[in-house]
Amino acid sequence: MKARDLAELAGRNLREALLRNSLTTLGIGVGVASLVAMLSLGVGLQNLAQDRLARTGLFDAVFVTPKSAFAEMGQVSRAARDQIVTPLDEDARKRLAQLPNVVAVYPDIRFPTEIHYDGKPYATVVTGVAPYSRNDGTFDGMHGNFFSGADANEAILQIDLAKQLSDQPDSLIGKDVILRYAERRPLPASETSQSPNTGKPQTANGNPSPSNSEGEDSQDQGFSIVTKELTLRVVGIIETEPAGGFGAFGRGGLLIPLQAAETLRAAQSNDLRDLLRGTARRNTYESLTVRVNDPQRVKDVEDAVKKLDFGAFSLIDASRSLSLVFAVFDLFLGIFGSLALVVASLGIINTLVMAILERRREIGILKALGAGDRDVRRLFFVEAGAMGLLGGILGVAIGWLIGHAINFGTNVYLRGRQLPSISVTAVPWWMVALAIIFSILVSLAAGIYPAARAARLDPVEALRYE
Amino acid sequence: MGTTNNSISATAIRVEHVTRHYQMGATVVRAANDVNMRIRTGEFVALLGSSGSGKSTLLNLMAGLDRPTSGAIFAHDRNLAEMNSQELAQHRSHTIGIVFQAFNLLPRMTLEENVELPLRLAEVNRAERTARVREAVERVRLGTRLTHRPTELSGGEQQRAALARALVNRPTILLADEPTGNLDSATGDEIMLLLKEINENLGMTIVMVTHERPRAERFAHRMIVMKDGKVVSDEPKQS
Repeated sequence: MKARDLAELAGRNLREALLRNSLTTLGIGVGVASLVAMLSLGVGLQNLAQDRLARTGLFDAVFVTPKSAFAEMGQVSRAARDQIVTPLDEDARKRLAQLPNVVAVYPDIRFPTEIHYDGKPYATVVTGVAPYSRNDGTFDGMHGNFFSGADANEAILQIDLAKQLSDQPDSLIGKDVILRYAERRPLPASETSQSPNTGKPQTANGNPSPSNSEGEDSQDQGFSIVTKELTLRVVGIIETEPAGGFGAFGRGGLLIPLQAAETLRAAQSNDLRDLLRGTARRNTYESLTVRVNDPQRVKDVEDAVKKLDFGAFSLIDASRSLSLVFAVFDLFLGIFGSLALVVASLGIINTLVMAILERRREIGILKALGAGDRDVRRLFFVEAGAMGLLGGILGVAIGWLIGHAINFGTNVYLRGRQLPSISVTAVPWWMVALAIIFSILVSLAAGIYPAARAARLDPVEALRYE
Repeated sequence: MGTTNNSISATAIRVEHVTRHYQMGATVVRAANDVNMRIRTGEFVALLGSSGSGKSTLLNLMAGLDRPTSGAIFAHDRNLAEMNSQELAQHRSHTIGIVFQAFNLLPRMTLEENVELPLRLAEVNRAERTARVREAVERVRLGTRLTHRPTELSGGEQQRAALARALVNRPTILLADEPTGNLDSATGDEIMLLLKEINENLGMTIVMVTHERPRAERFAHRMIVMKDGKVVSDEPKQS
């Protein structure tokens, strides 16, 4: 029998015992719904955890340092220290930005400072915020707006600092604060410094000068610190602690655009080290954060960075461990969710066995008219598969609704505790397809015995059946 | 669709030493016991006998619905006993048309759908089906009842519908198991006239099981009488 005729006959048979077949299909639907609800919870929680972790900037980033930075934690010889052949400077930043799967490369700019508001000083730490952060969820739910431009003289206050400034933090939006900071200003060329170890003059690259004559090739190695002030307009207040990557925890209360932060040339913690090392004029970075477009690609980018002769570090292993934990979690949720579907499959067996008893004579007639055992078997399989398909679709819909109900209930609870809304369930397309396919396969498996039994019916006996 | 009565010569069905035994508890029932017969193409044969004589068993064996315990049954020189279940299904689909005493129409289908069913099983193209269903239904004069369900038809109409269903695949052999058994005398005669017409016009071989000797004498070319699973007489119609 052709597939279309088979489908028509199966549909007709299913409509014949509509109530019983509907209840069986509903049973499958409930089973699939249980599976989908369980899996959607697992996937939703995994997404939530990954999203939250991604917002920390730890799992989609590679943290780049000059190659010897980690080695310097121990005692290192002068010769080894001189092997820093690839400085982490602007040129390196450009090369890193050109690596595949890299979406942004930016320095970690933080410096302690003081702000003045309403005539009073407040100590805090300023942090440069990359434009990339705007869309990564860090600033979701902030009061006010994100920076209007990459170099705007604007600030976003962390809530703790804002509360120090005013009892009504939101009233600060639109007000000005004065930022006082230490600007690093290069010394004029005439003011030659001495080599830190030898007292000899050094060239701009920090190596001892080939000449001992004082004043020759007298590029300076030093810089002066000048106090500067900048007026910043407060545009927003953020309640959460914006995390910016490895080593960036406990960061400041005053956030300014990264580009604006870079133009300030504010003195940072690595300046003294650069001065001593003789690389103070080269405008190198202490570290760079390389943002990757997909956490799965972090390892590739990390390897590429190492090939460029830089130190690289990522938390990809931690991310993999998290994926492993959730994979096992999903597996068990799936198993528990499938139990209901297994029970529902017994309903299919029962329904089809009942159908054989009721349609015994009809099977005999079909065989007398030319139906082979295979036709009868396929007919019952199609009926089982159709119930599986309909039950699967119904189950996915019910599971989706259950997921939404769980989300709704969770968010009602969270709102009651004045916490931001989250989504703890997710029904991705692959889950929809998987659930329906699984439902059909389970139904077909349940149909094996009834189909075989129907196919084996003796037509003479079946035709005698009343 | 075959030859006419004037050209009865080739063998349509040949039954050679066929036995069919059933085990019922400790008892062996010999429904057919060393039966031999030859039915020529285009013949209208009546299988007569009382209940339990083995005539329906023999008909089921000819139809390929059952297998002999021993012996061989040839339909157009193909041994049914050597066919697998799929080949037997093909035999029932293409070579044989069957009519039952109880009509055996599917009650949830219309007349048209019932008649179309063998064409679906034989995987006949959808486009061709309509014409063949129409042709078969017209032949049994039920052209106006296509959309009626069996419960909306009289007994005679139901048997005519069953006859149309048996004819729709254009078989060469028509097997009828007590086709008038559930009908009144007049309606039974109508069915018999139709069978006679089919036999004469289409040249179709007909083997009809009946216990009504007068009808058999009136319409069949030949009467084979069975008793206790054996052929006790095989006589042509008295002209």
